[in-house]
Amino acid sequence: MPLTLVLEQLLNGVQFGVMLFLMAAGLTLVFGIMNLVNLAHGSLYMMGAYLTVAAVQWSGNYLAGVALGLFATLLLGMLVEVVALRTLYDRDHLDQVLATFGLILFFNELVAILWGRTALDLARPDWLQGHIELFAGSRYPLYRAVVIGVGLAVAAALWYVVTRTRLGMLVRAGASNRSMIAALGVNIRLLYTFVFGIGAALAGLAGVMAGPIYAVQPGMGELILIQVFVVIVIGGIGSIRGAFAGALIVGVVDTLGRAFLKPLLGTVLSPAAADAAGPALASMLIYLLMAAVLALRPEGLFPSRGGQ
Amino acid sequence: MDTGSGTLIDSAQDSLEENFMMRKTFFAVAIAAAFAASPAMAQQKLKIGFITTLSGPAGIIGKHMKDSVEVALDQLNRKVGGLETEVIYGDDQFKPDVGLQVAEEMMKKNGVDIMSGIIWSNVMMAVQPAVNKAGVIMVGTNAGASPLAGAGCNELYFSTSWNNDQTPEAMGKFMQESGVTDVYLMAPNYQAGKDMVAGFKRYYKGRIVDEVFTRVGQPDYQAELSQLRAKNPKNVFVFYPGGMGVAFMKQWSEGGFRGQFPLYSVFTVDETTIPALKHAVLGQYETKFWSPDLKVPASQKFVADFQKKNGYLPAFYGAQSYDGIMLIDSAVRAVKGNVKDTKGMVLAMRKANYNSIRGKFTFNVNHHPIQNFYLLKAVAGAGGKDPVMEIQKTVFENHKDSYYKDCKMKW
Amino acid sequence: MLTLLPPVAAALQEPFYLDLVRKVMIFAIAAASLNLILGYGGMVSFGHAAYLGIGGYAVGVLAFYGTTSGWVQWGVAIGASALVALAIGAVSIRTSGIYFIMITLAFTQMLYYLGISIEEYGGDDGMRIKARSDFSGLIDLGDPVAFYYLALVLMLACLFLVHRIANSRFGMVLRAAKSNEPRSRGIGFSPYAYRLVAFVIAGAMCGLAGAMFANHTSFITPEFMHWTRSGEIMFMVILGGIATTAGPLLGALVLLVVETLLAGWTEHWQAILGPLLVLSVLFFRRGLAGLMPGGKDG
Repeated sequence: MPLTLVLEQLLNGVQFGVMLFLMAAGLTLVFGIMNLVNLAHGSLYMMGAYLTVAAVQWSGNYLAGVALGLFATLLLGMLVEVVALRTLYDRDHLDQVLATFGLILFFNELVAILWGRTALDLARPDWLQGHIELFAGSRYPLYRAVVIGVGLAVAAALWYVVTRTRLGMLVRAGASNRSMIAALGVNIRLLYTFVFGIGAALAGLAGVMAGPIYAVQPGMGELILIQVFVVIVIGGIGSIRGAFAGALIVGVVDTLGRAFLKPLLGTVLSPAAADAAGPALASMLIYLLMAAVLALRPEGLFPSRGGQ
Repeated sequence: MDTGSGTLIDSAQDSLEENFMMRKTFFAVAIAAAFAASPAMAQQKLKIGFITTLSGPAGIIGKHMKDSVEVALDQLNRKVGGLETEVIYGDDQFKPDVGLQVAEEMMKKNGVDIMSGIIWSNVMMAVQPAVNKAGVIMVGTNAGASPLAGAGCNELYFSTSWNNDQTPEAMGKFMQESGVTDVYLMAPNYQAGKDMVAGFKRYYKGRIVDEVFTRVGQPDYQAELSQLRAKNPKNVFVFYPGGMGVAFMKQWSEGGFRGQFPLYSVFTVDETTIPALKHAVLGQYETKFWSPDLKVPASQKFVADFQKKNGYLPAFYGAQSYDGIMLIDSAVRAVKGNVKDTKGMVLAMRKANYNSIRGKFTFNVNHHPIQNFYLLKAVAGAGGKDPVMEIQKTVFENHKDSYYKDCKMKW
Repeated sequence: MLTLLPPVAAALQEPFYLDLVRKVMIFAIAAASLNLILGYGGMVSFGHAAYLGIGGYAVGVLAFYGTTSGWVQWGVAIGASALVALAIGAVSIRTSGIYFIMITLAFTQMLYYLGISIEEYGGDDGMRIKARSDFSGLIDLGDPVAFYYLALVLMLACLFLVHRIANSRFGMVLRAAKSNEPRSRGIGFSPYAYRLVAFVIAGAMCGLAGAMFANHTSFITPEFMHWTRSGEIMFMVILGGIATTAGPLLGALVLLVVETLLAGWTEHWQAILGPLLVLSVLFFRRGLAGLMPGGKDG
């Protein structure tokens, strides 16, 4: 296979990985700091997309709509935290999985009631249409390139906030010793609510960016949720660095598997066998990867130091 | 083709025998109940159980179906076959066992006289045997699993839709006849996807560049699209229903593929997905047995009444469901309201003596319609509205599915 | 009470409830098996539906090749589930917490995609089972009442078995490892082997439930292994009250009945069920069994 194609697929993998990272960052923050397993993270992604569609329609301006939509998702995340999730921090993971599964059902139906079950359209503005030429003859969609750019910028900003600011210090301290930081006079509840809101807004941002290329429909969060969990588990829960590495690994492995597994199998197996086994194996690839990683490193690639 | 035919031949015979046995007891119970309840000769009220998916992401299809059933009921003044009618809707949640449970509840608890609906092949495969075994007629209004058209056919099972692979057969034929010699195929990696590709290849005989099966529910197709561009095929054929189709078409158009590669699809662009895709579908070719612009009086009346009542265009899912109610109506009329006369109802249904949205048609021996298939194209809607599908030409006239010869039913 | 249902249902001409309760009892077995590892062993498996699928496919695939003997079918269902549980458990039990949740989920996803890909057995369209399992004329599963009583007996046996295991020496070690792993290591028990054995027993028991479920629906599909199905079984355990004997039955009963009632009432039933689940987690910390007099034994 030509090198340019491999490079293009790598880029596709990175782009998918970046989308996964935006989701994974919020999830892993909430997990690492509040010790909360939030299955409803996918619902926040969905709500981000829906709220943005509504805001773009209402304001008539793409950027204003995106800003409004993200802000609304942030508020929604904080509201959910205060109303439902706050009491779950001290519960075991089991209760958390259950309660947040309940939230998934609720949000999916809420969206269906408010906006109907038909998928919605979130059009890209004209300035995000078009292509860039990476190497001769390739046409890479500009929008995808922007997604990569935004994702990397968010990753850099998160890294800066977590390692270099007072807020980040509080967050890291809160993750390693909750009672100590509360004793030091920090309003831990407010901090948690805020962190959860940020996580929600990051998921919302992923939803906003998914809007123009994926289907904005009820249940869209669950299509990606499991993959995001795979990401944070591979990366090591609670670690932003791990989420970033995990997202890129999963994005690239999944993409390359979908692209090249069948042709590769075709070189060893009969075409019919490769046709049957290729897609099936490609679907399982990231789960195999996760099982392999966990079998070797039961706490993921980058176990967070604060930890449980 | 159908790998499960060995068992299904046996099961068809078994279930036929069981039908008759079960029906005897069913009659006995029904007669006892009739004596106990009221001395009326003919039944006063007709109960129809209609199963579809109402909740969850696929609920949009269920909504089209339910809204269409309501239009049919309105047109009949809420009297199917002249009887006071109650339609009980059931939500199968896209799960075969829940569909079965709902069907059992409808038959055993609500005492429905006839069953209809069902979107998914797997739900139908679970529900149909139980319904027919209980001696109740099932009028399927979407699911098109090939075993049910072939060896697994049943005299109490009718379909107002099609078999899965007929629609891609039409597309295969159209492309073959248009001199296309080079096609790249894409579909989700599940049974319907394989049915579609098989149907397409039955009539298209040119070169197949590659067949790509993607993960079910996959939201991102960029990797597959890059592969496709690298292979540089002359034409592309895809099957991506529902949300997968929305994502695929958006990415097709975003990637600049439209205009570069002619795209032909089945069950990808329809009235349930156009609102999400808008201009991204313009120029898209599909094949289908029906379209809202079909020039058939019954169809035009259905579309007009539907739009007036619901404010949106019905999709074929709805048309088939409307047709299912109208088929039941004709059968109940034929037995003069005596819906316990299952045999009479079956004989009446076989005549297809009603105003179908597809125009006059006949049932094949396997109780599946012999019908036309058309080539459709997405064109701009009037006055800047959403695009609409427009019939271009007839691809198949009176097309039969390719499984009916395995059906041992004798009329 | 459950023993009396068939004659009562027959008298009232409401045979539907027999089917519903039979399904409840089958899921109660699945939930009881999960309760063994989740409730008593602290292993939160988010992939328990895998064994429901394996048990189901064992029956379906054997029937496909003409083996209708229930002894063989159900035996293979239990054996195959135990083997798969052994393989999954051997890898998974090395991890803990959320990692365990996710790795069990991952294995089940793999089996799910495998089921979808195997065209021979119908892929996602699933496969019909021509005849119900045949127990040499001893029990006729085609008779709803006989099948009902068989399900009742097996369910009681499974609930009792889990109860006995939990209160045996083996169960004590399992529970000790759940509440304090370092200490149980300290007194000389390596929890790994105990957990693995419990995991295999649970898999086998759920395989039995799968074989029964396949007979209940006369149909198998990869959907049995969908991750939401694992979630449902988990709900039943928690709703009923983890580490309680009757909890799995109560949980299965309430969840399935509430679901059926709500779905019959409005298509937006999930918007009601969702918050109900959240509330039940927030306020019924001990599950339904905690509300019943004498219902707690964990």
